[in-house]
Amino acid sequence: MSFFTELDVSVIAPSLPFLWTGLKFTVTLTLIAMSGGIILGTLLALARLSPFSPLAMAASWYVNLMRSIPLLMVILWFFLIIPLITGYPMGAETSAIITFTAFEAAYYSEIMRAGIQSVSRGQVFAGQAIGMTYAQTMGHIVLPQAFRNMLPVLLTQTIILFQDTSLVYAIGAKDLLKAAEIAGKNYNRPVEMYIFAAVIYFVICFSLSRLVKHLQSRIAIIR
Amino acid sequence: MKKSLTFGLTLVSALALSQPVLADTLAKVKQSGSITMGIRESSYPLSYLDDKQQPIGYHIDICNRIVDTVKTKLDLKTLKVAHQAVTSQNRIPLVTNGTVDLECGSTTNNAARQNQVAFAPTVFITNVRMAVKKSSGITSLSQLNGKPVATTTGTTSVQLMRAHEKGKGIDFKEVYGKDHADSFLMLETDRAVAFVMDDNLLAGLIVTSKNPSEYAIVGETLNIEPIAIMIRKDDPQFQGLVNTVIKDLAKSGEIDKLYAKWFMSPIPPKSANMNFPMSDTLKTALNNPTDAPAEQFNVKK
Amino acid sequence: MNYHWNWGIFLEQVKGGDETYLNWLFTGLGWTLAVAISAWLIALSIGIGIGTLRTAPNKGLAWFAATWVELFRNVPLLVQMFLWFFVVPELLPREWSLWVKQDLPAKEFITATLCLGLFTSARVAEQVRAGIQSLSRGQTMAGLAVGFTLTQTYRYVILPMAFRIIIPPLTSEFMNIFKNSSVAFAIGVMELTFQARQMQEDSEQGIETYLAVTVLYFICAFIANRGMAFLEQRTRVPGFIASAK
Repeated sequence: MSFFTELDVSVIAPSLPFLWTGLKFTVTLTLIAMSGGIILGTLLALARLSPFSPLAMAASWYVNLMRSIPLLMVILWFFLIIPLITGYPMGAETSAIITFTAFEAAYYSEIMRAGIQSVSRGQVFAGQAIGMTYAQTMGHIVLPQAFRNMLPVLLTQTIILFQDTSLVYAIGAKDLLKAAEIAGKNYNRPVEMYIFAAVIYFVICFSLSRLVKHLQSRIAIIR
Repeated sequence: MKKSLTFGLTLVSALALSQPVLADTLAKVKQSGSITMGIRESSYPLSYLDDKQQPIGYHIDICNRIVDTVKTKLDLKTLKVAHQAVTSQNRIPLVTNGTVDLECGSTTNNAARQNQVAFAPTVFITNVRMAVKKSSGITSLSQLNGKPVATTTGTTSVQLMRAHEKGKGIDFKEVYGKDHADSFLMLETDRAVAFVMDDNLLAGLIVTSKNPSEYAIVGETLNIEPIAIMIRKDDPQFQGLVNTVIKDLAKSGEIDKLYAKWFMSPIPPKSANMNFPMSDTLKTALNNPTDAPAEQFNVKK
Repeated sequence: MNYHWNWGIFLEQVKGGDETYLNWLFTGLGWTLAVAISAWLIALSIGIGIGTLRTAPNKGLAWFAATWVELFRNVPLLVQMFLWFFVVPELLPREWSLWVKQDLPAKEFITATLCLGLFTSARVAEQVRAGIQSLSRGQTMAGLAVGFTLTQTYRYVILPMAFRIIIPPLTSEFMNIFKNSSVAFAIGVMELTFQARQMQEDSEQGIETYLAVTVLYFICAFIANRGMAFLEQRTRVPGFIASAK
């Protein structure tokens, strides 16, 4: 047990500014990729369910490609290859934002597709019967319900996204986990820094999930 | 599947086509008014980050001299210096694709790498040895038979251990940490009885550990490795400039001062002193700076 | 770009050994599949249980399930992997701890599989819960009305419907587990990412190495995806949008 009595927490205080910068980047990246990803993902889901088959095929191909390659590799390839095609290097941060939005859209689209499919077809018929267009039916009837049904899963995905941002270390951008790791290495106190990082992540993600749960209880559809 | 293969091939050919532009680093720097240094985040004490997240270290100091000379030589009023963190996985692609102009990390100069990139003359040499707990009584590699030995994934020590294992009929159980701090933790928590790595890194880990007196660096040297600053291949102007800067530093004796600053004095972030005197191999190398690869340092006598 | 291409590298021998790099990659693929599939079995069995419990009328059980989910999904996988490997054994009595650290056979594999399985179980559980809750209450009521017990209602009415609804997100999770298994390299499991790092360090042909590894991951995930798509098609329920196509 001496392992624990020997924990050296004195290294945490000087690393705080470092961790704070990392946290800010993690949060910014999560928020941008989440909003961009949900919008793009919903469009992809609608495309996949559209009766126009080339569109459905293209969307399904994109989603499956993105979901089949490890995020780490996608990040690496975007970063290594884009400069070669465009001819000038792109910053790690910009590259990360583009990659995450494009990548997360594939995941959000699968969730939205499941959500749309959870709405009974009778509701679509009802919409059409009272003379609504496709856009109206989707916008006023199907999507709001799909969104509410899938809120817990959307949240889970966002928490995953929040944690996945740690993979940007591969291209040298510094997020919360990377900052903790660097501090752990330079002070040679990895255990202390990992435990501290685990606590920060837990507190943030847990609060987030409480918040959404509260939100959910206010907008839930009673069936 | 087929589609994505085609996609992949298209990308690859796009890579192959966009060749020129990058060959002349000095022209590129002059045109863009900026130079990008590749840095490591935790290659203590060669290249790592301090509490203010600024890259510091022995190699960083030397690279800053190179950058100053570039600025003078190109007669630039301002030269923007960008820092790009690199890892041992991406440093070579980032140098070859033009993202990084000057990699100031801790890269071993070996023949295989010289196919891809060029190196500045060597200013640091490390010996691959092992760290053990003093209480284990281990003093030689031959005592490791059947014991777990830690090393770090994707480092040259792995190759050396493999070669050694084969030659001497000693059978280690290799355990792998994802970085040096993790590998050291394996030694600290008794998952491994020894940690095989560059001796300067071992010395840094020991001096910053909780009980430095518990550990020792022991055993025969598995390999001698020149660590060097990396630049693009086939760029004679830039290579010439880098060579001159380093040769001047060595001739004027300034390099000894820099060495003393990083290896013989307390350094951030913990103000620990590595007390790591310059080896004779390095002294000899600095008398006549060279970019010879590791293979030439390890010729069997 | 002055990159020195060498596509023949895969057939070359590794330094100081008598295998080819291709052997390394296939060994890596084998461990990746082993970790991913064992972890998926753990994740699925625990995830279904926990997800169902979360919707249970019993407060205590629901609380337990909720705590489980929050604990395992709110800390990044890499950190969990580190904690399981380096910190958890220190909580055991000295002798046990030494046994786990030195004598336990395939300790890296066991730790990685357990960690990945529990991590994923929290995510599967959330999807199961979302699936159950997206069903109209009428279905439970109907089940109870025809004389089923609550357990029977879950078994014959709720879960079969819920599963069909969550197949798309579950597919994502199944594909994810192959990719997430790459984190196992952090504790020294010799899977694909581990081998890629070794190979790129050994051969200095990073781009070829990572392209090959990307393709191998893609194939794994693609097969997983097609399998689940087949399942999705076979299990469609008439009357839901899912059956529209």
